Formats: sequence, structure tokens, C-alpha cells
Amino acid sequence: MRSRVDRYSPPVVRVVVEVMPKPEILDPQGQAIARALPGLGFTGVGAVRQGKRFEMVIEATEDEALRQAAAMAETLLANPVIEDFRVHRQG
Amino acid sequence: MPGRIGVVTFPGSLDDRDARRAVRRAGGTPVALWHAEEDLHGVDAVILPGGFSYGDYLRCGAIARFAPIMRVVVDGARDGLPVLGICNGFQILCEAHLLPGALIRNVGRRFGCVDQPLIVGNAATAWTSAYTSGQRIVVPLKNGEGCYLADERVLDELEATGRVVARYAVDDEHPDPNGSARAIAGVCNPDGTVVGLMPHPEHAVEALTGPGQDGLGFFTSILGAVPGVLAGR
Repeated sequence: MRSRVDRYSPPVVRVVVEVMPKPEILDPQGQAIARALPGLGFTGVGAVRQGKRFEMVIEATEDEALRQAAAMAETLLANPVIEDFRVHRQG
Repeated sequence: MPGRIGVVTFPGSLDDRDARRAVRRAGGTPVALWHAEEDLHGVDAVILPGGFSYGDYLRCGAIARFAPIMRVVVDGARDGLPVLGICNGFQILCEAHLLPGALIRNVGRRFGCVDQPLIVGNAATAWTSAYTSGQRIVVPLKNGEGCYLADERVLDELEATGRVVARYAVDDEHPDPNGSARAIAGVCNPDGTVVGLMPHPEHAVEALTGPGQDGLGFFTSILGAVPGVLAGR
């Protein structure tokens, strides 16, 4: 039987936003990592791109949470001039 | 009353004091503006100074762009208010979409600090009228994220419309400082009222503390431009 607290808790969705430099944009940090790897014995790495990952807990339905996360990515988490982003549910 | 030039202080701003001092040395009245206030206090123009606003968290300028003061700066800029963004201020102007493009990590990944020769590309903006087009000036450059990027179409348009305000003078003695597209050190909006500049003219306003006085022209320019700009609004 559900408790009173459970009944009134809003749904919670774990959402991930991944932000990556656009393919045509220079990524000096990724290049530096790629150049460091052979010295550690990892010789087969062709290219490295460095991005960011945001994990959020949003109190909303899944559709609404994903919509909000995309809006956040567009306005703040990513700079559309230089970065692409992807939003998905965690898990 | 001399032109009142506002200088915004964000948490993490470093060069707000030097910018106010440069305004004073140019003969203007500096007005300190606070990031959390949505009030320009009636200034004639605004400077967004260098530094590391909000710790440069997320991306340089990304958080500062949403500061309360930026609401009135962005609205004002769209109505013709002259705005100069220096270094972190340039990054903020790009994040706020008042200027095109973006500034990313220097290609060499090193924080550079040099007395940088520049070539003035457009001496008709509100902030560069004291110079002549093609003039070589030396101004300190100090940044880690100064690599200016925009897509080719935007770069072509900036060049075709004279919106490259300054370029890095790259020669045998002065290597490319940060990998910026087409050696761009500064750009402006179509009206020439909003200018973003990576180098620091406020650090070159007197011989005692800088490489010379080549930077003073940005501040004397705006004081000369202010009445005309205001008349046009």
C-alpha cells in the first residue's frame, strides 16, 4: 500500500545532457590527450574529442524532463556556435 | 560633464579597476556597475572588463551572460548603447550573442601573457576612431581561452563588412598567440557600437605600468563618440 508521502511525490527523472565540440571545431584539449596516449603505450588511438556530461534529477514526467533539459542545453549548458548536445534518460 | 563610462564588476572580474582608471586617464568619468544590479545608472557606454567571471565555470562568460546587469546591457546594446568587451568581456559578448563567434582554449593550450602588436582593422567604430585603419599598436594580451572561432561564412562576412576591429600582427618576432581564425583579435557588431577585443588596451595607458600608451585610444575614442552616438539614438 502506498504511503501518503509517496502518493504526493512528483515523478523524478534522471536526465543526462552530453555536450561535445562540433566535429569541425578545433578541440585543443582532445588533441593534447591524443598526443599523450602513445607515450603511455596506447598506440592505436586515432583521435580524441573531449566533451562534458551533465547528470540531473528533474521533478517532472519523462517527456517534460527531457524537454526542460533540452531547453537548458540550448540556453546554458552548450554554446550552439561551437558545441552539439544530446539529451537522454539515464539508465 | 565628461562622458560617463560604466565598468561592470562581476564576481571574478580582475581588470575592472584598470578599466575605470583608463577611462579617467582618457578624460572620462568612470562609473562602477555591479553585476547583480539591473541598472546602468544612466551611463553613456559600458565596458565589460577582463577576468574570470563566475570562475569561468561551464564556459568563459557563460554564467556572466545571465547576470542581472546583462539584461540591461543587452537591451541597451540593441538600442545603440556602446559596449566594449575586453578579454572575458569579449567572451561574455559572444555568449550573449551580441557578437558572432566564440572563444575557445588557445591552440597551444598555454596561458599567454605578452606585449602583443596588433593591426587596427576598423578605425570607424565607436571605440577605435582615435586610430587609423592599418595602424600598428602594442597592447598586452593575457588569456587562456583567446582562440577566436566562427564558421567560414561568418568570417567572410566579418571581413567583407569591415567588422574585424583588430588582428594579431604575426611575424618572425611575434608568433601566432592563440590560433585565432584569420588572426582576429577583435570584432564589432554591424553598427560598430559593440566591440569585443581579446587584448587589454586598459593595461597600455601610461608608460610606467604598460608597454606604452597605445591602448588609450579606445577610451578617448568612446569619449569623442558618445555625443554623436547618443544623438543617433
